[in-house]
Amino acid sequence: MKPLTPWMRAPRLALMAAALALSACASAPPGAQPDPRDPLESYNRSMYQINQAVDQAVLVPVSKAYNQVLPQPVRTGASNFFTNLGDAWSFVNNVLQAKPEPALSSLWRVLVNTTLGLGGVLDPATEMRLTRYREDFGQTLGYWGVPAGPYLVLPLLGPSSLRDTAALPVDWYGHPISFVDNVRWRNSLIAMRFLETRASLLGVSELMQQAALDPYAFERDAYLQKRRNDVYDGNPPSSAERYDLEEPQTAPTGPEDQK
Amino acid sequence: MSAIPFFVAAPRLSRRAAALGAALLLASPWAAASDEAPDAFIRRLSESVLKTLREDPAIQTGDVKRIMAVVDDQIMPSVNFTRMTASATGPGWRRATPEQRQRLQTEFKTLLVHTYAGALKQVKNQTVEVLPLRGKPTDAEVLVRTLVRGGSEPIQLDYRLERTPGQGSGWKIHDLNVLGVWLVDNYLPQFSSQVNAKGIDGLIQSLAERNRANAGGQ
Repeated sequence: MKPLTPWMRAPRLALMAAALALSACASAPPGAQPDPRDPLESYNRSMYQINQAVDQAVLVPVSKAYNQVLPQPVRTGASNFFTNLGDAWSFVNNVLQAKPEPALSSLWRVLVNTTLGLGGVLDPATEMRLTRYREDFGQTLGYWGVPAGPYLVLPLLGPSSLRDTAALPVDWYGHPISFVDNVRWRNSLIAMRFLETRASLLGVSELMQQAALDPYAFERDAYLQKRRNDVYDGNPPSSAERYDLEEPQTAPTGPEDQK
Repeated sequence: MSAIPFFVAAPRLSRRAAALGAALLLASPWAAASDEAPDAFIRRLSESVLKTLREDPAIQTGDVKRIMAVVDDQIMPSVNFTRMTASATGPGWRRATPEQRQRLQTEFKTLLVHTYAGALKQVKNQTVEVLPLRGKPTDAEVLVRTLVRGGSEPIQLDYRLERTPGQGSGWKIHDLNVLGVWLVDNYLPQFSSQVNAKGIDGLIQSLAERNRANAGGQ
Protein backbone atom coordinates (compact mmCIF):
# COMPACT_ATOMS: atom_id res chain seq x y z
CA MET A 1 0.00 0.00 0.00
CA LYS A 2 1.38 3.32 -0.95
CA PRO A 3 1.29 5.95 1.74
CA LEU A 4 -1.55 8.19 0.71
CA THR A 5 -1.56 11.89 1.06
CA PRO A 6 -3.93 14.29 2.75
CA TRP A 7 -5.98 15.97 0.13
CA MET A 8 -7.50 19.43 0.02
CA ARG A 9 -8.58 20.15 3.57
CA ALA A 10 -11.80 22.09 3.10
CA PRO A 11 -13.73 19.61 0.92
CA ARG A 12 -12.53 16.88 3.24
CA LEU A 13 -14.15 18.55 6.23
CA ALA A 14 -17.32 19.12 4.25
CA LEU A 15 -17.42 15.45 3.28
CA MET A 16 -16.76 14.42 6.84
CA ALA A 17 -19.70 16.50 8.02
CA ALA A 18 -21.90 15.10 5.27
CA ALA A 19 -20.87 11.59 6.22
CA LEU A 20 -21.64 12.11 9.88
CA ALA A 21 -25.03 13.48 8.92
CA LEU A 22 -25.67 10.45 6.73
CA SER A 23 -24.38 7.91 9.19
CA ALA A 24 -27.72 7.77 10.93
CA CYS A 25 -29.41 6.25 7.89
CA ALA A 26 -26.74 3.93 6.46
CA SER A 27 -26.34 0.51 7.99
CA ALA A 28 -25.01 -3.00 7.56
CA PRO A 29 -27.13 -5.66 5.78
CA PRO A 30 -29.97 -6.88 8.03
CA GLY A 31 -29.04 -9.76 10.29
CA ALA A 32 -25.32 -9.13 10.05
CA GLN A 33 -23.44 -9.35 13.32
CA PRO A 34 -21.29 -6.39 14.28
CA ASP A 35 -17.64 -6.99 13.48
CA PRO A 36 -15.38 -6.35 16.49
CA ARG A 37 -12.73 -4.83 14.21
CA ASP A 38 -15.23 -2.33 12.82
CA PRO A 39 -17.07 -0.56 15.63
CA LEU A 40 -17.62 2.50 13.41
CA GLU A 41 -19.28 0.45 10.68
CA SER A 42 -22.26 2.72 10.11
CA TYR A 43 -20.07 5.83 9.70
CA ASN A 44 -17.63 3.82 7.58
CA ARG A 45 -20.37 2.53 5.30
CA SER A 46 -21.64 6.07 4.65
CA MET A 47 -18.15 7.32 3.93
CA TYR A 48 -17.64 4.32 1.65
CA GLN A 49 -20.82 5.29 -0.24
CA ILE A 50 -19.65 8.88 -0.63
CA ASN A 51 -16.20 7.75 -1.78
CA GLN A 52 -17.82 5.41 -4.29
CA ALA A 53 -19.97 8.23 -5.64
CA VAL A 54 -17.04 10.65 -5.97
CA ASP A 55 -14.95 7.86 -7.46
CA GLN A 56 -17.53 6.97 -10.10
CA ALA A 57 -18.37 10.58 -10.92
CA VAL A 58 -14.88 12.08 -11.03
CA LEU A 59 -11.93 9.79 -10.41
CA VAL A 60 -12.84 6.90 -12.69
CA PRO A 61 -13.49 9.07 -15.78
CA VAL A 62 -10.34 11.13 -15.14
CA SER A 63 -8.25 8.00 -14.56
CA LYS A 64 -9.59 6.40 -17.73
CA ALA A 65 -8.74 9.56 -19.65
CA TYR A 66 -5.25 9.50 -18.09
CA ASN A 67 -4.81 5.91 -19.29
CA GLN A 68 -6.08 6.77 -22.76
CA VAL A 69 -4.24 10.03 -23.33
CA LEU A 70 -0.83 9.01 -22.05
CA PRO A 71 0.96 6.15 -23.84
CA GLN A 72 2.05 3.17 -21.75
CA PRO A 73 5.78 4.12 -21.58
CA VAL A 74 4.91 7.56 -20.18
CA ARG A 75 2.61 6.04 -17.55
CA THR A 76 5.27 3.49 -16.60
CA GLY A 77 7.77 6.31 -16.29
CA ALA A 78 5.44 8.31 -14.04
CA SER A 79 4.73 5.24 -11.94
CA ASN A 80 8.46 4.47 -11.62
CA PHE A 81 9.21 8.06 -10.65
CA PHE A 82 6.73 8.07 -7.75
CA THR A 83 7.69 4.56 -6.72
CA ASN A 84 11.33 5.64 -6.50
CA LEU A 85 10.36 8.49 -4.16
CA GLY A 86 8.37 5.94 -2.16
CA ASP A 87 11.42 3.65 -1.96
CA ALA A 88 13.36 6.44 -0.26
CA TRP A 89 10.69 6.61 2.45
CA SER A 90 10.65 2.78 2.63
CA PHE A 91 14.38 2.94 3.34
CA VAL A 92 13.76 5.24 6.33
CA ASN A 93 11.05 2.94 7.65
CA ASN A 94 13.15 -0.18 7.19
CA VAL A 95 15.83 1.54 9.26
CA LEU A 96 13.21 2.47 11.88
CA GLN A 97 12.21 -1.20 11.99
CA ALA A 98 15.83 -2.28 12.37
CA LYS A 99 15.78 -4.42 9.24
CA PRO A 100 19.28 -4.06 7.80
CA GLU A 101 18.90 -6.18 4.68
CA PRO A 102 15.63 -4.62 3.38
CA ALA A 103 17.03 -1.19 4.31
CA LEU A 104 20.15 -1.78 2.22
CA SER A 105 18.10 -3.12 -0.65
CA SER A 106 15.84 -0.03 -0.58
CA LEU A 107 18.83 2.29 -0.38
CA TRP A 108 20.49 0.60 -3.36
CA ARG A 109 17.23 0.78 -5.29
CA VAL A 110 17.01 4.54 -4.78
CA LEU A 111 20.68 5.08 -5.61
CA VAL A 112 20.55 2.94 -8.75
CA ASN A 113 17.22 4.25 -10.01
CA THR A 114 17.98 7.90 -9.30
CA THR A 115 21.28 7.76 -11.18
CA LEU A 116 21.19 5.01 -13.82
CA GLY A 117 17.38 5.25 -13.95
CA LEU A 118 17.47 8.98 -14.85
CA GLY A 119 15.87 10.35 -11.73
CA GLY A 120 13.67 7.32 -11.19
CA VAL A 121 11.84 7.31 -14.51
CA LEU A 122 13.46 3.99 -15.41
CA ASP A 123 13.70 1.05 -13.05
CA PRO A 124 17.05 -0.73 -13.57
CA ALA A 125 17.06 -1.79 -9.89
CA THR A 126 14.29 -4.29 -10.56
CA GLU A 127 16.28 -5.70 -13.49
CA MET A 128 19.15 -6.12 -11.05
CA ARG A 129 16.79 -8.08 -8.80
CA LEU A 130 17.02 -5.58 -5.98
CA THR A 131 13.74 -6.36 -4.25
CA ARG A 132 11.41 -3.58 -3.18
CA TYR A 133 10.39 -3.71 0.48
CA ARG A 134 7.52 -1.26 0.77
CA GLU A 135 7.27 0.06 4.31
CA ASP A 136 5.39 3.06 5.62
CA PHE A 137 5.08 4.57 9.07
CA GLY A 138 1.86 2.66 9.83
CA GLN A 139 3.76 -0.59 9.28
CA THR A 140 6.61 0.69 11.44
CA LEU A 141 4.16 1.36 14.28
CA GLY A 142 2.64 -2.10 13.72
CA TYR A 143 6.08 -3.68 13.78
CA TRP A 144 6.77 -2.22 17.21
CA GLY A 145 3.48 -3.55 18.51
CA VAL A 146 0.91 -0.80 17.96
CA PRO A 147 -2.40 -2.57 17.15
CA ALA A 148 -4.32 -1.53 14.03
CA GLY A 149 -7.28 -0.31 16.10
CA PRO A 150 -10.73 0.25 14.61
CA TYR A 151 -11.15 0.16 10.85
CA LEU A 152 -11.67 3.64 9.42
CA VAL A 153 -12.77 4.76 5.96
CA LEU A 154 -11.17 8.12 5.17
CA PRO A 155 -12.70 10.68 2.82
CA LEU A 156 -11.28 10.13 -0.69
CA LEU A 157 -8.36 8.08 0.61
CA GLY A 158 -10.56 5.08 1.44
CA PRO A 159 -9.66 2.17 3.71
CA SER A 160 -7.49 2.83 6.74
CA SER A 161 -7.30 2.07 10.43
CA LEU A 162 -6.87 4.28 13.47
CA ARG A 163 -3.15 3.44 13.59
CA ASP A 164 -2.58 4.01 9.89
CA THR A 165 -4.52 7.29 9.98
CA ALA A 166 -2.39 8.49 12.89
CA ALA A 167 0.70 7.54 10.87
CA LEU A 168 -0.44 9.45 7.75
CA PRO A 169 0.93 12.89 8.76
CA VAL A 170 4.35 11.31 9.40
CA ASP A 171 4.24 9.55 6.03
CA TRP A 172 3.26 12.84 4.50
CA TYR A 173 6.09 14.87 6.06
CA GLY A 174 8.66 12.12 5.47
CA HIS A 175 7.84 11.58 1.81
CA PRO A 176 10.32 13.25 -0.58
CA ILE A 177 7.50 15.15 -2.33
CA SER A 178 7.05 17.30 0.78
CA PHE A 179 10.62 18.57 0.36
CA VAL A 180 9.67 20.30 -2.88
CA ASP A 181 9.69 24.01 -1.97
CA ASN A 182 7.68 25.40 -4.86
CA VAL A 183 4.05 25.09 -3.78
CA ARG A 184 2.64 24.85 -7.28
CA TRP A 185 5.08 22.12 -8.24
CA ARG A 186 4.45 20.27 -5.01
CA ASN A 187 0.69 20.34 -5.41
CA SER A 188 0.93 19.27 -9.04
CA LEU A 189 3.13 16.34 -8.02
CA ILE A 190 0.68 15.34 -5.30
CA ALA A 191 -2.27 15.49 -7.70
CA MET A 192 -0.32 13.57 -10.32
CA ARG A 193 0.64 10.89 -7.80
CA PHE A 194 -2.96 10.56 -6.61
CA LEU A 195 -4.19 10.21 -10.20
CA GLU A 196 -1.43 7.77 -11.13
CA THR A 197 -2.30 5.58 -8.13
CA ARG A 198 -6.02 5.62 -8.92
CA ALA A 199 -5.44 4.87 -12.61
CA SER A 200 -3.24 1.91 -11.75
CA LEU A 201 -6.04 0.55 -9.53
CA LEU A 202 -8.81 0.71 -12.17
CA GLY A 203 -8.60 -3.03 -12.80
CA VAL A 204 -8.58 -3.85 -9.09
CA SER A 205 -11.68 -1.81 -8.28
CA GLU A 206 -13.64 -3.40 -11.13
CA LEU A 207 -12.57 -6.84 -9.98
CA MET A 208 -13.59 -6.07 -6.40
CA GLN A 209 -17.13 -5.23 -7.52
CA GLN A 210 -17.36 -8.56 -9.37
CA ALA A 211 -15.80 -10.74 -6.72
CA ALA A 212 -17.72 -9.57 -3.67
CA LEU A 213 -21.17 -10.20 -2.24
CA ASP A 214 -20.70 -7.10 -0.08
CA PRO A 215 -18.02 -4.86 -1.65
CA TYR A 216 -17.67 -2.79 1.55
CA ALA A 217 -16.88 -5.86 3.67
CA PHE A 218 -14.61 -7.24 0.94
CA GLU A 219 -12.57 -4.04 0.81
CA ARG A 220 -12.40 -3.80 4.61
CA ASP A 221 -11.29 -7.39 5.12
CA ALA A 222 -8.79 -7.20 2.28
CA TYR A 223 -7.32 -3.99 3.73
CA LEU A 224 -7.03 -5.30 7.29
CA GLN A 225 -5.53 -8.60 6.10
CA LYS A 226 -3.13 -6.92 3.73
CA ARG A 227 -1.86 -4.52 6.38
CA ARG A 228 -1.45 -7.34 8.88
CA ASN A 229 0.41 -9.32 6.24
CA ASP A 230 2.65 -6.32 5.55
CA VAL A 231 3.42 -5.80 9.22
CA TYR A 232 4.45 -9.47 9.48
CA ASP A 233 6.40 -9.21 6.19
CA GLY A 234 4.22 -11.71 4.38
CA ASN A 235 4.04 -14.34 7.11
CA PRO A 236 1.41 -13.56 9.75
CA PRO A 237 0.47 -16.24 12.30
CA SER A 238 -2.81 -17.91 11.53
CA SER A 239 -5.32 -20.29 13.03
CA ALA A 240 -8.27 -21.29 10.87
CA GLU A 241 -11.04 -23.61 11.92
CA ARG A 242 -11.85 -26.74 9.95
CA TYR A 243 -15.57 -26.36 9.22
CA ASP A 244 -15.48 -29.33 6.84
CA LEU A 245 -14.82 -31.58 9.84
CA GLU A 246 -17.66 -32.51 12.18
CA GLU A 247 -16.10 -31.64 15.53
CA PRO A 248 -14.67 -28.18 16.10
CA GLN A 249 -10.91 -28.44 16.16
CA THR A 250 -8.16 -26.02 15.37
CA ALA A 251 -6.05 -26.98 12.45
CA PRO A 252 -2.51 -25.70 12.54
CA THR A 253 -2.06 -24.05 9.21
CA GLY A 254 1.42 -22.61 9.10
CA PRO A 255 4.81 -23.89 10.08
CA GLU A 256 5.03 -21.17 12.71
CA ASP A 257 2.17 -22.82 14.62
CA GLN A 258 4.04 -26.05 14.92
CA LYS A 259 7.21 -24.87 16.60
CA MET B 1 27.23 -6.70 2.82
CA SER B 2 25.07 -5.80 -0.10
CA ALA B 3 21.68 -7.35 -0.68
CA ILE B 4 22.51 -8.93 -4.03
CA PRO B 5 24.17 -12.19 -2.95
CA PHE B 6 21.09 -13.15 -0.95
CA PHE B 7 18.87 -12.99 -4.00
CA VAL B 8 21.34 -14.76 -6.21
CA ALA B 9 21.50 -17.42 -3.55
CA ALA B 10 17.73 -17.73 -3.15
CA PRO B 11 17.01 -20.13 -6.04
CA ARG B 12 19.99 -22.25 -5.07
CA LEU B 13 18.75 -22.38 -1.49
CA SER B 14 15.28 -23.40 -2.54
CA ARG B 15 16.69 -26.18 -4.71
CA ARG B 16 18.66 -27.40 -1.76
CA ALA B 17 15.56 -27.19 0.43
CA ALA B 18 13.63 -29.18 -2.15
CA ALA B 19 16.32 -31.84 -2.30
CA LEU B 20 16.42 -32.00 1.48
CA GLY B 21 12.64 -32.16 1.56
CA ALA B 22 12.59 -34.99 -0.94
CA ALA B 23 15.20 -36.88 1.06
CA LEU B 24 13.28 -36.45 4.32
CA LEU B 25 10.07 -37.44 2.61
CA LEU B 26 11.58 -40.65 1.25
CA ALA B 27 12.98 -41.45 4.66
CA SER B 28 9.66 -40.83 6.41
CA PRO B 29 7.69 -43.98 7.13
CA TRP B 30 4.32 -42.21 6.59
CA ALA B 31 4.88 -40.93 3.10
CA ALA B 32 3.76 -43.01 0.17
CA ALA B 33 6.53 -43.69 -2.32
CA SER B 34 4.95 -41.50 -5.03
CA ASP B 35 4.47 -38.41 -2.83
CA GLU B 36 6.31 -35.25 -3.85
CA ALA B 37 7.83 -32.64 -1.60
CA PRO B 38 5.26 -29.84 -1.13
CA ASP B 39 7.38 -27.15 -2.76
CA ALA B 40 8.23 -29.43 -5.70
CA PHE B 41 4.51 -30.09 -6.12
CA ILE B 42 3.70 -26.34 -6.23
CA ARG B 43 6.54 -25.66 -8.66
CA ARG B 44 5.40 -28.42 -11.03
CA LEU B 45 1.73 -27.34 -10.83
CA SER B 46 2.51 -23.62 -11.36
CA GLU B 47 4.76 -24.30 -14.31
CA SER B 48 2.32 -26.59 -16.07
CA VAL B 49 -0.63 -24.19 -15.52
CA LEU B 50 1.41 -21.17 -16.69
CA LYS B 51 2.45 -23.09 -19.81
CA THR B 52 -1.19 -23.97 -20.61
CA LEU B 53 -2.36 -20.37 -20.06
CA ARG B 54 0.39 -18.96 -22.23
CA GLU B 55 -0.19 -21.35 -25.11
CA ASP B 56 -3.98 -21.37 -25.27
CA PRO B 57 -5.34 -18.65 -27.60
CA ALA B 58 -8.90 -19.06 -26.22
CA ILE B 59 -7.70 -18.16 -22.71
CA GLN B 60 -5.83 -15.12 -23.98
CA THR B 61 -9.16 -13.79 -25.28
CA GLY B 62 -10.81 -14.41 -21.90
CA ASP B 63 -13.05 -17.34 -22.89
CA VAL B 64 -14.56 -18.25 -19.50
CA LYS B 65 -15.75 -21.71 -20.66
CA ARG B 66 -12.24 -22.63 -21.72
CA ILE B 67 -10.76 -21.27 -18.50
CA MET B 68 -13.28 -23.32 -16.53
CA ALA B 69 -12.20 -26.44 -18.44
CA VAL B 70 -8.54 -25.79 -17.63
CA VAL B 71 -9.42 -25.18 -13.97
CA ASP B 72 -11.36 -28.46 -13.83
CA ASP B 73 -8.67 -30.49 -15.61
CA GLN B 74 -5.49 -29.10 -14.16
CA ILE B 75 -6.20 -27.26 -10.93
CA MET B 76 -9.19 -28.86 -9.19
CA PRO B 77 -7.57 -32.33 -8.81
CA SER B 78 -4.93 -30.61 -6.67
CA VAL B 79 -7.39 -28.62 -4.55
CA ASN B 80 -9.46 -29.70 -1.56
CA PHE B 81 -12.29 -27.45 -2.67
CA THR B 82 -14.72 -28.89 -0.14
CA ARG B 83 -12.46 -27.71 2.67
CA MET B 84 -11.94 -24.35 0.97
CA THR B 85 -15.70 -23.73 0.58
CA ALA B 86 -16.40 -24.98 4.11
CA SER B 87 -13.80 -22.63 5.60
CA ALA B 88 -15.24 -19.70 3.65
CA THR B 89 -18.82 -20.54 4.69
CA GLY B 90 -18.07 -20.88 8.37
CA PRO B 91 -20.07 -22.76 11.04
CA GLY B 92 -23.16 -22.85 8.80
CA TRP B 93 -21.41 -25.52 6.70
CA ARG B 94 -21.97 -28.15 9.38
CA ARG B 95 -25.74 -27.63 9.20
CA ALA B 96 -25.90 -27.71 5.37
CA THR B 97 -27.31 -30.74 3.53
CA PRO B 98 -25.13 -32.59 0.99
CA GLU B 99 -27.09 -30.96 -1.88
CA GLN B 100 -26.59 -27.48 -0.40
CA ARG B 101 -22.87 -28.17 0.03
CA GLN B 102 -22.64 -29.27 -3.60
CA ARG B 103 -24.43 -26.16 -4.87
CA LEU B 104 -22.32 -23.88 -2.68
CA GLN B 105 -19.15 -25.36 -4.14
CA THR B 106 -20.43 -25.00 -7.70
CA GLU B 107 -21.43 -21.34 -7.25
CA PHE B 108 -18.24 -20.47 -5.35
CA LYS B 109 -16.09 -22.04 -8.04
CA THR B 110 -17.93 -20.10 -10.76
CA LEU B 111 -17.43 -16.87 -8.81
CA LEU B 112 -13.69 -17.49 -8.41
CA VAL B 113 -13.14 -18.51 -12.03
CA HIS B 114 -14.96 -15.38 -13.23
CA THR B 115 -12.98 -13.21 -10.86
CA TYR B 116 -9.62 -14.58 -11.91
CA ALA B 117 -10.41 -14.88 -15.64
CA GLY B 118 -9.23 -11.30 -16.22
CA ALA B 119 -5.94 -11.89 -14.43
CA LEU B 120 -5.28 -15.19 -16.24
CA LYS B 121 -5.68 -13.39 -19.56
CA GLN B 122 -2.66 -11.28 -18.74
CA VAL B 123 -0.30 -14.22 -18.26
CA LYS B 124 2.62 -13.75 -20.60
CA ASN B 125 6.21 -14.39 -19.61
CA GLN B 126 5.76 -14.79 -15.87
CA THR B 127 7.93 -17.21 -13.94
CA VAL B 128 7.33 -18.67 -10.50
CA GLU B 129 9.99 -18.72 -7.84
CA VAL B 130 9.25 -21.11 -4.99
CA LEU B 131 10.73 -19.77 -1.75
CA PRO B 132 12.59 -22.05 0.67
CA LEU B 133 10.21 -24.21 2.67
CA ARG B 134 9.89 -23.43 6.35
CA GLY B 135 8.74 -26.18 8.65
CA LYS B 136 9.24 -29.86 8.06
CA PRO B 137 8.10 -31.68 4.90
CA THR B 138 6.65 -34.31 7.23
CA ASP B 139 4.11 -31.80 8.62
CA ALA B 140 0.44 -32.52 7.88
CA GLU B 141 -0.11 -28.86 6.93
CA VAL B 142 2.47 -26.88 5.02
CA LEU B 143 2.72 -23.29 3.82
CA VAL B 144 4.42 -22.92 0.43
CA ARG B 145 5.38 -19.38 -0.51
CA THR B 146 6.06 -18.27 -4.06
CA LEU B 147 6.80 -15.11 -5.97
CA VAL B 148 5.45 -14.61 -9.48
CA ARG B 149 7.98 -12.59 -11.42
CA GLY B 150 7.50 -10.88 -14.74
CA GLY B 151 5.83 -7.56 -13.95
CA SER B 152 7.50 -4.53 -12.40
CA GLU B 153 7.12 -6.00 -8.94
CA PRO B 154 7.01 -9.66 -7.87
CA ILE B 155 3.55 -10.86 -6.82
CA GLN B 156 3.30 -12.74 -3.54
CA LEU B 157 1.35 -15.98 -4.08
CA ASP B 158 1.23 -18.43 -1.17
CA TYR B 159 -0.54 -21.75 -0.74
CA ARG B 160 -1.71 -23.72 2.27
CA LEU B 161 -1.40 -27.43 1.61
CA GLU B 162 -2.63 -30.48 3.47
CA ARG B 163 -1.06 -33.89 3.25
CA THR B 164 -3.14 -36.46 1.38
CA PRO B 165 -0.97 -39.58 1.53
CA GLY B 166 -1.19 -41.76 -1.55
CA GLN B 167 -3.64 -39.42 -3.33
CA GLY B 168 -2.27 -37.73 -6.44
CA SER B 169 0.99 -36.04 -5.56
CA GLY B 170 0.35 -36.39 -1.84
CA TRP B 171 -0.73 -32.76 -1.31
CA LYS B 172 -3.84 -30.68 -1.84
CA ILE B 173 -4.24 -26.90 -1.74
CA HIS B 174 -6.94 -25.57 0.56
CA ASP B 175 -6.27 -21.84 0.63
CA LEU B 176 -4.27 -19.31 -1.31
CA ASN B 177 -2.93 -15.87 -0.66
CA VAL B 178 -2.60 -13.22 -3.34
CA LEU B 179 -0.51 -10.19 -2.32
CA GLY B 180 -1.13 -10.82 1.35
CA VAL B 181 -4.86 -11.49 1.23
CA TRP B 182 -6.00 -15.03 2.03
CA LEU B 183 -8.94 -16.03 -0.10
CA VAL B 184 -10.86 -17.92 2.58
CA ASP B 185 -10.36 -15.24 5.24
CA ASN B 186 -11.65 -12.63 2.86
CA TYR B 187 -14.88 -14.46 2.02
CA LEU B 188 -15.67 -15.77 5.51
CA PRO B 189 -17.17 -12.56 7.00
CA GLN B 190 -19.39 -11.97 3.94
CA PHE B 191 -20.52 -15.58 3.66
CA SER B 192 -21.20 -16.05 7.35
CA SER B 193 -23.19 -12.81 7.56
CA GLN B 194 -25.34 -14.02 4.63
CA VAL B 195 -25.84 -17.36 6.39
CA ASN B 196 -26.78 -15.63 9.64
CA ALA B 197 -29.27 -13.37 7.88
CA LYS B 198 -30.80 -15.68 5.27
CA GLY B 199 -29.53 -19.21 5.88
CA ILE B 200 -27.49 -21.44 3.57
CA ASP B 201 -30.07 -21.15 0.79
CA GLY B 202 -29.83 -17.37 1.03
CA LEU B 203 -26.07 -17.55 0.56
CA ILE B 204 -26.43 -19.89 -2.43
CA GLN B 205 -28.97 -17.51 -3.94
CA SER B 206 -26.75 -14.44 -3.44
CA LEU B 207 -23.82 -16.23 -5.04
CA ALA B 208 -25.97 -17.35 -7.98
CA GLU B 209 -27.19 -13.76 -8.49
CA ARG B 210 -23.65 -12.40 -8.35
CA ASN B 211 -22.57 -15.00 -10.92
CA ARG B 212 -25.48 -14.16 -13.23
CA ALA B 213 -24.61 -10.45 -13.04
CA ASN B 214 -20.93 -11.19 -13.76
CA ALA B 215 -21.80 -13.37 -16.74
CA GLY B 216 -24.14 -10.70 -18.12
CA GLY B 217 -21.47 -8.03 -17.83
CA GLN B 218 -19.07 -9.92 -20.10
